Amino acid sequence: MATVQEFSFAEFVKSILWLTFWILVIFTLIILPIIFIVLFYVPAPEIAGIEMNPYLLLTMLVNPEIGAPLINLTLDQPLFRVMVFPGFTFAALFATAIIFVERKFLAKMQVRVGPYYAGREVFWWARSLEGLLQMLADLLKLLGKEVILPSGADKPIFWAAPVVLVIASSALIAVIPAGPGWVIADIDVGLLVVFAILGFFPLTALLASWASNSKYPFIGGLRALHQMIAYEIPLILSVLGVVILSGQLNLSKIVAAQEPYWYILLLPIGAFVFFITALAELERVPFDLPEAESEIVAGWLTEYSGMSYGLIQLASYIKLYALAGLFVTLFLGGWMGPLPLAFLGPNAPSGVDMFGVELLTTQEAVGILWFVVKTFGISVLMLLPRGINPRIRIDILLRTGWAKLIALSFINIFIALALLYLGVAGPAGPVGVISP
Amino acid sequence: MGLPPSMQVEESEEGRILTISVGPQHPGSGHFRLVVKVDGDIIVGADPDPGYVHRGEEKMCEYRNYIQNIPHLERPMIADSCGILYPFCLGVEDIANIPVPERAKYIRVILAELNRCIFELYWLGIYGIFLGHSTMFMWPMGDRELLIDLAEAATGARVTHAYFVPGGVRNDLPENFKERAIRQLDYFKHRLDQYKDIFYNNPLFLDRTKGVGVLSAQDAINLGVTGPVLRASGVKHDIRKIEPYDVYDQLDFEAYSMNSGDSYARAYIPLLEMYESINIIKQCLEKMPSGSVRTKLGPNPRGAAGESFKRVEAGRGELAYYLVSDGTPKPYRVKLSVPSFRQIPAMPHLLKGAKLADMPAIYWSLNYWPVEADR
Repeated sequence: MATVQEFSFAEFVKSILWLTFWILVIFTLIILPIIFIVLFYVPAPEIAGIEMNPYLLLTMLVNPEIGAPLINLTLDQPLFRVMVFPGFTFAALFATAIIFVERKFLAKMQVRVGPYYAGREVFWWARSLEGLLQMLADLLKLLGKEVILPSGADKPIFWAAPVVLVIASSALIAVIPAGPGWVIADIDVGLLVVFAILGFFPLTALLASWASNSKYPFIGGLRALHQMIAYEIPLILSVLGVVILSGQLNLSKIVAAQEPYWYILLLPIGAFVFFITALAELERVPFDLPEAESEIVAGWLTEYSGMSYGLIQLASYIKLYALAGLFVTLFLGGWMGPLPLAFLGPNAPSGVDMFGVELLTTQEAVGILWFVVKTFGISVLMLLPRGINPRIRIDILLRTGWAKLIALSFINIFIALALLYLGVAGPAGPVGVISP
Repeated sequence: MGLPPSMQVEESEEGRILTISVGPQHPGSGHFRLVVKVDGDIIVGADPDPGYVHRGEEKMCEYRNYIQNIPHLERPMIADSCGILYPFCLGVEDIANIPVPERAKYIRVILAELNRCIFELYWLGIYGIFLGHSTMFMWPMGDRELLIDLAEAATGARVTHAYFVPGGVRNDLPENFKERAIRQLDYFKHRLDQYKDIFYNNPLFLDRTKGVGVLSAQDAINLGVTGPVLRASGVKHDIRKIEPYDVYDQLDFEAYSMNSGDSYARAYIPLLEMYESINIIKQCLEKMPSGSVRTKLGPNPRGAAGESFKRVEAGRGELAYYLVSDGTPKPYRVKLSVPSFRQIPAMPHLLKGAKLADMPAIYWSLNYWPVEADR
């Protein structure tokens, strides 16, 4: 017997409204008077030369200029970077955008319309959104659904697995530079961290499948583990070429090392192997064996429902963003555009200003823009095989991984070594660049 | 626990065998259960368990007269409703000695071939999604509408046409049916070429199906399979050729067969048959004479006491009706021999030793339709 909890969506919304009401009442009647009494005796703290008094927000309405230094200060805070950009919020929004693009894109491919009607009859402004509100509807649906615990399930692991997946996939973002200087953890072993975290996912899938106490999830978890054996080694070998040419494991420095040529021009085979193995890592078609619907229902996701299923999906799309970002960082020159910055001309602004306070330099702004554009393009490229391929079989995957992809990875390493010894590229830069 | 023996889990058999119940509530089964025992990834035994959608069609026939039997007889196979009704009409005409006008014979062939395409597109769509190819699910389902529109123009109903009646067809084709049919069939042929590009020539599809579930010609004959499954094993057996009914002997067409007997051959023959159906429909539209389409019958058509056995080649294979008449307007006994039921013996035979991932590729390539098999 599954544990059944009484749940009704109307009750849920009602409780949230009541909660908001009481928070407002308590805030107005108790907390605000306390703040004013305290401020009467204690002087307000100063940040960036601005007094932090309770009227600050009201003052900013009249005189927005005083907000600029505060925003500038916020942008440099580590907490902002972890939580907003390039951290979790940005990744989650990117994942949502990718889900929507995938659904629309696949629909166009299959001569369908895709999400279209969400909110159309209710809100006049939703008519121009082409069903974008479907994302919100799906989120609310998942939130409102009951999370069913299968009988005999290992409760702690079953509950923890979705959360662990979200945490692990978000951890991947920490080392990926989204712009010059815009990286959460600028560490010298960035690439190693990525592979350490990537090894975590199949194990979590196996744990989740084992905890579900069901047959289909169990087979799916074992398949996830087999799949890891097939792709993990070529994935690591394929980036060795990049490491050889750049002499770095720090992702920011790898991007900086691609100054004259992006590595996809020097190491196209490595980029190809990385792309294929990244698809296998993401369990996307044609490598969606652990979730093969017609064979094992939904693989290791079978027993998950409601928001715990939603969290697993969110984790997989954040991982998609992270791996696309990694591809861009390693092979497509990261934040660097195909054109030098001088292309903007002599009259280009030196940065993004707000009332005379420079929030971002032009280099940073353009870099972030290029990174996002390139990552989005690679993400869409990763969605493409879903429309044109059937599912692969596990023995074909193992044969491909071990016989073909590893061989290609070694060829890629030899190419990198040849480039290094010929002096075309390397940690010291191309021969022509080294000053005599 | 009160579970049937096939449902009881025997996981302790050497500690290796895992019993999986595929269906009747499983995305890969339909209204049908397949109890599969796996050792690792290899299937060591498969036990088909049909019977979830039994409707008693044969008994229902005994309580209705010949004309009243028409609408309910096509319910077991609404994806190929003309195919399942065709031999019944032939049998009643045989028992009651009803002549059929020449034009009606051509119209019947047109609708039967149209329904063969409609059925095979449905089949192909599900085969695509069984292999994880979602585009191959959407495209045939969408293009099926073309042919359904055509059939609707002729019969007035989208899937359950109830169009064939003893003595001809219910009504004549509408005006400009010929031009419309040729236009839509040309487009359909163009789409079939695109199916080849995206599905049949896909290297992953070839990897998944070539050499998978090989059924030798002798095994195919011994197990009694029929239709595309039999022809994929290299046995040239097509009722349209060996026992032509209506006007099939006046048409120039090919009954394709392949020798490999694997899932790929069983998936490729329907494609070839769709090309051939387009060819047959176009020939019929050219050769069709004008005139009446239905013989006027009395209120309760009846024949002398006797029996009749008529069979046709439906989309899934040989479909036969054995009718026994005792001289009353109601049939004394109606026996359906449906192709789906005849594919079941091949299922455990092919699944034994196959990989679990190949189960959908083999199961669906056998053209098994649970609703039709249960009747």
